Amino acid sequence: MRRDIVTSVIGIVVLTVLLGLLYPLLITGVSQVAFPGNANGQKVYVNGKLVGSKIIGQAFVKPVLDKNGKPKEAEEEIVTEPDPRYFQSRPSATEGGAYNAAASTFSNRGPNDKATEQADAENIKAYLELERPYDPGLTTAQIPVDAVNTSASNLDPEISPANARIQAHRVAAERRLSLGVVEDLIAKYTDSRGLGFSGEPGVNVLELNLELDRLSEGKS
Amino acid sequence: MTFSGWLTIFLFVVILSALAMPLGSYMAKVYGGEHVFLSPLLAWPERFLYKVLRVDPKREQDWKSYAKSLLIFSLAGWLLLYLILRTQDAFFVPHAVNPLGYHSAPWNVTFNTVSSFVTNTNWQFYSGETTMSYLSQMIGLTVQNWLSAGVGIVVAVALIRGIVGRSGKSLGNFWQDLVRTILYVLAPISVIGALVLVSQGVIQNLSTYLTAHTLTGLTQSIAMGPAASQLSIKMLGTNGGGFFNVNSAHPFENPTAFTNLFEMLLVLIIPAALVFTYGRMTANRRQGYAIYATMMVMFLGAVVVAYIAEAHGSPAQHAAGLHTHAISGSGGGNMEGKEQRFGIAGSALFDVVTTVTSCGAVNSAIESFTGIGGAVPFANMSASETIFGGVGTGLYSILLYVLLAVFIGGLMVGRTPEWLGKKLEAKEIKLAGLAILITPLAALFATALATASHAGRASISELGKGPQGFSESFYAYLSQANNNGSAFAGYTGFIQPNAGNIGAHGVTFADVLGGLVMLFARFGPIVFTLAVAGALVGKRVTPAGLGTMRTDNPTFVVLLIGVIILVGALTFFPALLLGPVVQGLTGHLY
Repeated sequence: MRRDIVTSVIGIVVLTVLLGLLYPLLITGVSQVAFPGNANGQKVYVNGKLVGSKIIGQAFVKPVLDKNGKPKEAEEEIVTEPDPRYFQSRPSATEGGAYNAAASTFSNRGPNDKATEQADAENIKAYLELERPYDPGLTTAQIPVDAVNTSASNLDPEISPANARIQAHRVAAERRLSLGVVEDLIAKYTDSRGLGFSGEPGVNVLELNLELDRLSEGKS
Repeated sequence: MTFSGWLTIFLFVVILSALAMPLGSYMAKVYGGEHVFLSPLLAWPERFLYKVLRVDPKREQDWKSYAKSLLIFSLAGWLLLYLILRTQDAFFVPHAVNPLGYHSAPWNVTFNTVSSFVTNTNWQFYSGETTMSYLSQMIGLTVQNWLSAGVGIVVAVALIRGIVGRSGKSLGNFWQDLVRTILYVLAPISVIGALVLVSQGVIQNLSTYLTAHTLTGLTQSIAMGPAASQLSIKMLGTNGGGFFNVNSAHPFENPTAFTNLFEMLLVLIIPAALVFTYGRMTANRRQGYAIYATMMVMFLGAVVVAYIAEAHGSPAQHAAGLHTHAISGSGGGNMEGKEQRFGIAGSALFDVVTTVTSCGAVNSAIESFTGIGGAVPFANMSASETIFGGVGTGLYSILLYVLLAVFIGGLMVGRTPEWLGKKLEAKEIKLAGLAILITPLAALFATALATASHAGRASISELGKGPQGFSESFYAYLSQANNNGSAFAGYTGFIQPNAGNIGAHGVTFADVLGGLVMLFARFGPIVFTLAVAGALVGKRVTPAGLGTMRTDNPTFVVLLIGVIILVGALTFFPALLLGPVVQGLTGHLY
């Protein structure tokens, strides 16, 4: 008994130092030297300013302004609307506004909940309102599921290629680009399946939007 | 459903089996004290640890002594972890390791969290990035990821020694087994695993949270931290506690479809390998193959059902007018609570991998699975970790069922049951029965308490109406009793209005009940399993005769599957009917 207690106490302290300090610091050290970009979150800079992480989704929305030109607020949060010049990420339900990457969360919407149906219906309505003016034939049945369902992390950096192709009509019109150019860019930023067979292809929304901005800057 | 989806599932099983066999042989050598290729490198640290810990590795322990060492060591770990988590913001903690100045979580949530990590459950009422400092994640939670995994594995090894032991009492030495597990098995794979994950985009740093200015002029705060080192051992040790709140759904924890596959392999590699270790240590590899076949049949059954159900979509989606079949450029299906890069197949497979084992990591929201898709993790846990199971836990759980199956088979043919040359008697069967019944007992008793009482129902989420609310509660206690840790995450035990725990408070009923369930359902079966090993180790071995029932042929595999399903179904079916089955059979919305 005493022997076990002595060994346990020494053991837990020694192993805590080995596995809780040495091991994570070793991995941190090697990672920072060998893969500094990845280890620090694949930061994306534009003109020296941090605009986000390549693999964390963000909301491409702008504040809605009231009559006095000030951002409208409701329930202590700024009211926003999609910026039509950008491809839009999947819906996100993080606390404190969409795509809050300091507090990831599941939406926890059940498969048989009325609330889930309502959330889906609202997202369908918003999607059609945004895209139909540029793609008059669009119907509910054609909307890819990822465009209205929230992701698991609510920080999904990708959308499906089908979703991107619908949005391409709007982005091309708003930016006065040909649809072909925008579709080529979608293809360029579509990640194929892992190892060629695993997962689903996805379009990285931040990278695609950054490329569009670069293109528009060059033109003006 | 897509061709690539089925291909993913098929290739995963092939790669897993190909890797598990050599690892199983390697582990058999490690626990047999043989020379392995890492011995020249690790013999010195091994001796060093024995010296510092004042361990005599030659001291042989009977089952009581082995159990005593294990329990005292776990208690020491519990106390230290509680201390670490409750002094997260104490004056002596340097700012660099708590850059956001997070306060400690209240006592009740901490009680739950500590019990959870010491029991290899990793049930999380808290959210990593808004609750824990980097130091707490490193020296607190990461350490128990290692140690609880080690404790599980050594129990399985001790049971095998009991089965093959030729007279005598010794099950080996707990400290030697633990040190060898950490050095020879967990450490090499975990270090390589962590670096592979960083090379694919998992983060590993001690920076403070980032503030980005997005393209449309908003600000976005992005959580950082030493994620890869914890993630690697979290998967390998079938722990499953996420560095971030959304666990392996977070792009920083699981950035690509490749890391998704890699993480699933890390989860299953040791539980699968241990089956081959068993075959080798009993000097009868067919015994291992029979168990592997049993596990794989049930595993594949679960994957197929989950994939088909999720690809079909949910009643809520259909009611809203969505079409959920695959089209060009979209895989379709129930994408609520799933990530685009994993798709339906990658999410369904991950869900099964982590709920047949006691891993409990998630890459999609289980609460948002369809009724039948969500019934799969329930069913997996109803099998009490016999389908691969947790590291170590899985092997000893299924071996107890083997004992039961041999006993039932013996009754059917009317002979004294024998297993690997040893006669099974009333004592072993009673002990095994007790070990098997503890988990269901804890799960059902706690669920009944939680759904029948006002204090228990307070934890059900606002969205959890009708059968969903029952499912949330049942899942919570089934998961904690199985030391799994995955969740219908709407179930809450922690109210946290602000990041950093100012003004936060726990839900005492759910926190304490859950904590007790985890401790009881972890250490109860461990003690009884070691007692079974103690009862078996002294038995004389008699050569197999004509009438001996074989335990290494397809007939036995069928019998074993039958026993597992029968026990699981008889125990859990009534409760399952009230939740997921109701939802799966109806298109009704609540």
